[in-house]
Amino acid sequence: MTEMSGADMVVQALVDLGVDTVFGYPGGAVLPIYDALYKHPTIQHILVRHEQAATHAAEGYARSTGKPGVVLVTSGPGATNAVTGITDALLDSIPMVVLTGQVPTTLIGTDAFQECDTVGITRHCTKHNYLVMDPDRLGPIMHEAFHIATHGRPGPVVIDIPKNVQVATGTYSVPEFIQHNSYRPQVEPDADAIAQAIDMIAASERPIFYTGGGVINAGPDASAALRQLVALTGAPVTSTLMGLGAFPADDDKWLGMLGMHGTYEANMAMNRADLIIAVGARFDDRVTGRLDAFSPDSKKIHIDIDRSSINKIVPVDLAIVGDAGRALDAIITGWQDAGHKARDLGEWWRRIDGWRATRCLDFPEKKEPGADIMPQRAVKALFDATRGMDPIITTEVGQHQMWAAQHFGFAAPNRWLTSGGLGTMGYGFPAAVGAQIAHPGRLVICIAGEASLQMNIQEMGTVAQYRLPVKIFILNNEWMGMVRQWQELTYESRYSNSYSDSLPDFVKLADAYGWTGLRIDTLGQLDDGIQTMLGTPGPVIVDCRVAQLANCFPMIPSGAAHTEMLLQPSDVTGTMDDEAKALV
Amino acid sequence: MKIKTEAGERHVLAITVDNEAGVLAKITGLFTARGYNIESLTVADISSDHALSRITIVTSGSPAIIDQIIAQLDRLVPVHKVIDLADGGAHVEREIALVKVAGSGEKRIEALRMADVFRAKVVDTTLTSFIFEITGTSDKVDRFVALMRECGLVEVGRTGVVAIARGAEAV
Repeated sequence: MTEMSGADMVVQALVDLGVDTVFGYPGGAVLPIYDALYKHPTIQHILVRHEQAATHAAEGYARSTGKPGVVLVTSGPGATNAVTGITDALLDSIPMVVLTGQVPTTLIGTDAFQECDTVGITRHCTKHNYLVMDPDRLGPIMHEAFHIATHGRPGPVVIDIPKNVQVATGTYSVPEFIQHNSYRPQVEPDADAIAQAIDMIAASERPIFYTGGGVINAGPDASAALRQLVALTGAPVTSTLMGLGAFPADDDKWLGMLGMHGTYEANMAMNRADLIIAVGARFDDRVTGRLDAFSPDSKKIHIDIDRSSINKIVPVDLAIVGDAGRALDAIITGWQDAGHKARDLGEWWRRIDGWRATRCLDFPEKKEPGADIMPQRAVKALFDATRGMDPIITTEVGQHQMWAAQHFGFAAPNRWLTSGGLGTMGYGFPAAVGAQIAHPGRLVICIAGEASLQMNIQEMGTVAQYRLPVKIFILNNEWMGMVRQWQELTYESRYSNSYSDSLPDFVKLADAYGWTGLRIDTLGQLDDGIQTMLGTPGPVIVDCRVAQLANCFPMIPSGAAHTEMLLQPSDVTGTMDDEAKALV
Repeated sequence: MKIKTEAGERHVLAITVDNEAGVLAKITGLFTARGYNIESLTVADISSDHALSRITIVTSGSPAIIDQIIAQLDRLVPVHKVIDLADGGAHVEREIALVKVAGSGEKRIEALRMADVFRAKVVDTTLTSFIFEITGTSDKVDRFVALMRECGLVEVGRTGVVAIARGAEAV
């Protein structure tokens, strides 16, 4: 119990909570906190160029470390600019605490300068939020906010702090034990349900693990448990976009990602399975395709820490509410105690190998050095060149994101940072900034599209200021590629506003910010260009010009079933009906 | 392309929440954001230290939708408990309405007679009007209001449903 100003309490709480980094942008309503930070040099503040980037950088920090990302922005426009990143964190279950300044309590409701109803605006895009009206409440609220952001299903929490509360003195207190009186997520799985799951797995002839971001959020031990359980059962594994890395992509049990741009074998195996073991995945519409045709003959086990995710989209036969890692551990222990051996899944694997034989990720390309670079080739070349370097990869959103998901093999969790739920263009570059801040010595690469990158390209200044060796690898096809692909599929190639004229010269832009800029134009320059990027200290932007009209296959069109995949451009016939268009 | 809507059974949810600013907006916002229907809503402080409020929401939907509504409500941080009163067996529901009727002669006499049948109390009167207070199920209130339309109904104010489960157990 110590007397101090509200601003000092905020900073003291950050120190007490072990926060080492804050991403933010100052403004009038948070100047007291900025002044308090000035006096606490142990907390590193990263000055971004736009508040949205602060939130994505915090997400990158959080996704790559497992620790909560912390953001500090001012009132009004500072808070509203942060809303996209807050929503992104909510949809991808990223632990984040956002501190927003607010006008003094005496001015709230008067339409004061830079006033906005931050708790109102963020009410439905946060896991929880607070407006602090009493400095004595600041300490407990800060500690409670971090508890809520990181426990159960992680998510963003906003604390809105009026300026006079920051200035006023009060008593800083730390709760001895954080136990919110109503928020008590169920972490331990039910033992009976675990026993039933073991029986169902043991009896299954065509099982498949369908894993998601929940496995990664549950920590590295959960990924290790997943690998162990897969080895024990011999069952195949697929994952969502968010779950990549929880299971190693070079393992022979790995089928690749499933869903709209997933592999043929993963989607067919999901469709024909007799048992789906869903772990930390939420049956997103990009994964299930047409619901009435989704895995019609399977029983479904769903492990999730969020009870509201269960039966939300797909009815399941067995629900296990709890932490993914603990549930997997419990199944492993029960499996071993019962003396189960892996069932002979030979027939199941023969069918899977048949689907694998389609080699659905193959793509046509010319091999001569002067040929256009296929974007898939660019990703594969980047992957090959960075094997053994354990890179952290972020992406923007679009075709390049899906090509990266398909062709960049991840061996461990927390290496793949992408905006899955919200699909936020502008996410990848600031997320790379956050990941690089958290891991100064690691190789961090943002695989970008030229359109997405421009949504937060101003962060080149942040990278320059903090001497971050971030690499940006642009697959530049001059189009909003995914938009164009959908226009071809659904709107008879009427390319309404999907072409970007007047792109910047990225090499000159690099020069302007003190970065290194490279351009790769042809296949023959690809490998050397990547090696130059990797061998160049400091930040590098690579403008890799790729074949302009390449599209991302395989794909399941909206409203179609897993069995109705388009494996190549020639499979596309006609356009979709209105109902399917609405699902794009 | 037609937009489908889904009807379903009526359910009464009793929700206990922290009595703090913004909670009601969070609850109602969840309904609007996810496209659930609210037929009736009541809320009031229920604890001696003013720490807890009880919200009663009448909604409708298929069993899967009701289960999802409960799960979504349950995960909101300030929500302590959500009970579907239809799930727990019999429960008692009450609603209060104030019903203003204006008129003279036979219609005025008829209004008084009907009010007596429905055990509605006269809580205000002038030479040309009555205000009745009626308590009961929403259905009973509906029927009374419908009858009053014939007797010069001019205004209705209703509280919405408050409900509690039968038996010795507390929520």
